[in-house]
Amino acid sequence: MTDLYKLTIQDASKKLKSAEITPSELLESVIERVEKVEPEIKSYITKTFDIARAQAKESDKRYSAGKPFSDLDGIPVALKDVFCTKDIKTTAASKILEDFIPAYDATVVSKLRDAGAIMLGKVNTDEFTMGSSTENSAFGPSHNPWDTTRVPGGSSGGSAAAVSADECLFALGTDTGGSIRQPASFCSATGLKVTYGLVSRNGVVSYASSFDTVGPIAKSAADVAIILNIIAGNDPMDSTTVNEKLPDYTTFLGHDIKGKKIGIPKEFYGEGLQPEVDEILKNAIETLKSLGAEVEEMSLPSTDYAIAMYYIIAKSEASSNLARYDGIRYGYSNLKHNKNLQDLIDLYFKNRTEAFGNEAKRSIMMGTYTLSSGYFDAYYKKASEIRTLIKKEYEEAFKKYDVLVTPVSPFPAFKIGEKLEDPLSMYLADVNTVPINPAGVPAMSVPAGFTKDNLPVGMQIIGPYLGEGAIIEIADAFQQATDHHLKKPEL
Amino acid sequence: MIKSAASARIRVNMTDETKKSGDSSWVLNVAQLARIELSKQEETKFAGQLGAVLENFELLNKVDTTGVEATAQVTGLTNVFRIDEIKNPLGKESRDELLKNAPEIQEGSIKVPGVFHND
Repeated sequence: MTDLYKLTIQDASKKLKSAEITPSELLESVIERVEKVEPEIKSYITKTFDIARAQAKESDKRYSAGKPFSDLDGIPVALKDVFCTKDIKTTAASKILEDFIPAYDATVVSKLRDAGAIMLGKVNTDEFTMGSSTENSAFGPSHNPWDTTRVPGGSSGGSAAAVSADECLFALGTDTGGSIRQPASFCSATGLKVTYGLVSRNGVVSYASSFDTVGPIAKSAADVAIILNIIAGNDPMDSTTVNEKLPDYTTFLGHDIKGKKIGIPKEFYGEGLQPEVDEILKNAIETLKSLGAEVEEMSLPSTDYAIAMYYIIAKSEASSNLARYDGIRYGYSNLKHNKNLQDLIDLYFKNRTEAFGNEAKRSIMMGTYTLSSGYFDAYYKKASEIRTLIKKEYEEAFKKYDVLVTPVSPFPAFKIGEKLEDPLSMYLADVNTVPINPAGVPAMSVPAGFTKDNLPVGMQIIGPYLGEGAIIEIADAFQQATDHHLKKPEL
Repeated sequence: MIKSAASARIRVNMTDETKKSGDSSWVLNVAQLARIELSKQEETKFAGQLGAVLENFELLNKVDTTGVEATAQVTGLTNVFRIDEIKNPLGKESRDELLKNAPEIQEGSIKVPGVFHND
């Protein structure tokens, strides 16, 4: 069979188990695909095909012995370049980490290795995951497979573009305020932002620690369930991970969603929503109704304050997290080529000035400002109080509804360069995704349709705390009834 | 531009008045606190960009949060402990690997520039 690179995990796994194909054959097909489309898409920062080939050979042996490690054995994966990979460069798309080689694997990377997944390489992101377009990458932007003059979204834009262009079977990303969901929406992939603490952040480069989550970007909700079974769970190395016993997420597939209660928060459908996106969402909601779901309009009144609340807290935490890049222990160091430093503070100034990009600098300055004496109460404390109000609204909503459905983004993918010098409009673009992280609940981006210009539009399905199963159930039922997620860009 | 460590420690003054007057020096003050040097051009650019963002965020003043407690994290977890035991069987080997990323090492330690001055 040709075109193996197009397979979902579910289908590839069946073919691998029945010995119709081998992991090495699957890998070679994907590598060939990457080499073909990469000049246009530019998803990858580092390709690790030699490692992948060695891993695939091992996987071949396991399948021929009838003993694969898991449903991900032999499945090629791309990792956002913020997951530490032992002996493989991990840059966070920043000049400050351009030569950083971790001495250990992130917990999720170990879990994927132990499951037999094949590491294709590290993919692009906005620097330190700060951005909504991958344009903030120190290595240049990635391009949207549906229209290469447009951004793939961000920050996990490399992950989403790679999945959409079939340059991997799935990818891992991170989501702090929409960084999995928005690129998944822009590229027509299925991306899950998990409940805060469901997946370990050990060994993952931090942006805003109280919002950061790790999750999959894949070709279907069914594939997301398979990946989640491997990566979710408590990790003693990350004390914020959940302790609860978790379900087998594949048991939520193929369900009847008759009688499920779906809330439609009206604040997400107001001013600023492009009419085409509104229409696509209305059609998607009609599909859910036709499957027997009970749909009702409702309200999350504090949504209007979410952007300001989110960015104040995110940038405050970011300014603190980025303080670790001192050029002393690892990363870019002015010490390497300047023997005339006056003192330690001189080194700090030179490193940070020379090696952080514009958005990282803006984040550090904004966070420094909002946390400074005299401004702390007006910004950080006030935002943290409003966070409580928003979190409570979601808790109340899920007493009544199984899930909530909104657009992921008010508009489809924008042009490269369009918002780069206007950070405020870039921040405002995250209006529908940022309220979810402060609340800590899970949400998925599911392909819902295409605009007249053939640009993908995603539907956001928000679930209750640890309600990934409820989301997967609705998303899978929707994907069984529609074919948006099966459409491929012409490349 | 900050040329010397001594001038980096100048007093920081960033009142609302200076922020709103179109004077961009407040950004320079924040940048100094954050250990970032700005060119004159960057100072003006960042003042415009950050000023617009902060002005937009003043929207939050409209919300009455009297009696509302702040949320710092959403896990509900408190005091997560684990036994403090060495789990790394590689010991020195692993330490040396970590040290490989440091620009200057000496006898298994990381060399740091002087806090006051390098003589």
